[in-house]
Amino acid sequence: MIKGAALIMLFYFLGECISHFIGGIVPGSVCGMILLFLSLVAKIVKPADVQSVSNTLTKNMALFFVPAGVGLMASYELVARYWIALLVVSVVTTAVIIAVVGIMQDKLEKKI
Amino acid sequence: MHELLISEPFLLFLVMGSYLLGVFIYTKSHIALLHPIIISIAVIIGVLKWAGIDYDTFFHGSYIINFMLGPSVVALGYVLYEQIGYLKGKVLSITSSIIVGSFVGIVSVILICKLMNVDHSVIASLEPKSVTTPIAMSLSARSGGIPSLTAVTVVLCGILGGIIGPFILRKLHVRSKVAQGLALGAAAHGLGTARAIELGAVEGAISGLAIGLMGIMTSLLIPLVEKWIA
Repeated sequence: MIKGAALIMLFYFLGECISHFIGGIVPGSVCGMILLFLSLVAKIVKPADVQSVSNTLTKNMALFFVPAGVGLMASYELVARYWIALLVVSVVTTAVIIAVVGIMQDKLEKKI
Repeated sequence: MHELLISEPFLLFLVMGSYLLGVFIYTKSHIALLHPIIISIAVIIGVLKWAGIDYDTFFHGSYIINFMLGPSVVALGYVLYEQIGYLKGKVLSITSSIIVGSFVGIVSVILICKLMNVDHSVIASLEPKSVTTPIAMSLSARSGGIPSLTAVTVVLCGILGGIIGPFILRKLHVRSKVAQGLALGAAAHGLGTARAIELGAVEGAISGLAIGLMGIMTSLLIPLVEKWIA
């Protein structure tokens, strides 16, 4: 368990390093994800070492968003001022992206 | 008493306890709008208001939970590896779908904002709204937006996407697991992924990949689209 946790933290750190050098275009956690994936493919890391920690972390992701979500409270004034634009943009574009990406991927998979 | 209410044990219990309450209500009711994250946010805001605790104090006390977002995104690398079979032969289609999705997302934000006549700073704040929070905030600042407004919208879109996403995908008869995961991650970043993992391991892993791809594409496309439309 500790070995897995240490490995995840190491890859998170390496990801942060890469993110720092590319000027933050891609955040450290995403770089870490890609690095961990590549290391598993290249057999540098044994899958069994990170399996249980990874499953525990990813299965509970929604919980980790709670503190940031409570931040809606702190931004009350901004939200109150722009709420119509926020709501319309969020609902419409979120639905559009889901529909476009979903349909396109579904159709492309059958063709390519 | 106030000292005890702002202590870390209480705030951490508040987050986990309200989340468990949310999971309980969600599994009993099966109503998408009663997702654990919505229930726990509502309960916590209620308790903080009642106890007179400000957001900064709360965020500081419960910081470890927010920090866990980073490692859990890294851990998606393992989930992705487990589902590697599903990626074979789909690299080209996945990349194309994400490029189009990112482009359509940015353009639709700009068009709706122009129709509603909102300030440029608001447009710039909303452009990166489908990208994971840390990238979205830096992109917003780069385009002259208000990062905290961006953070709020990102979370809002995440919650929304998690709720309406599976419904839209069902209505449109999108059956491919890869397509479902990709759509959820592209529109609703980590919150979409949290929802995708509930659908299945393949959906969850691809969704995690979509967060990364969407972040990269959107950061590259925003300056181009801005030049083209404005």
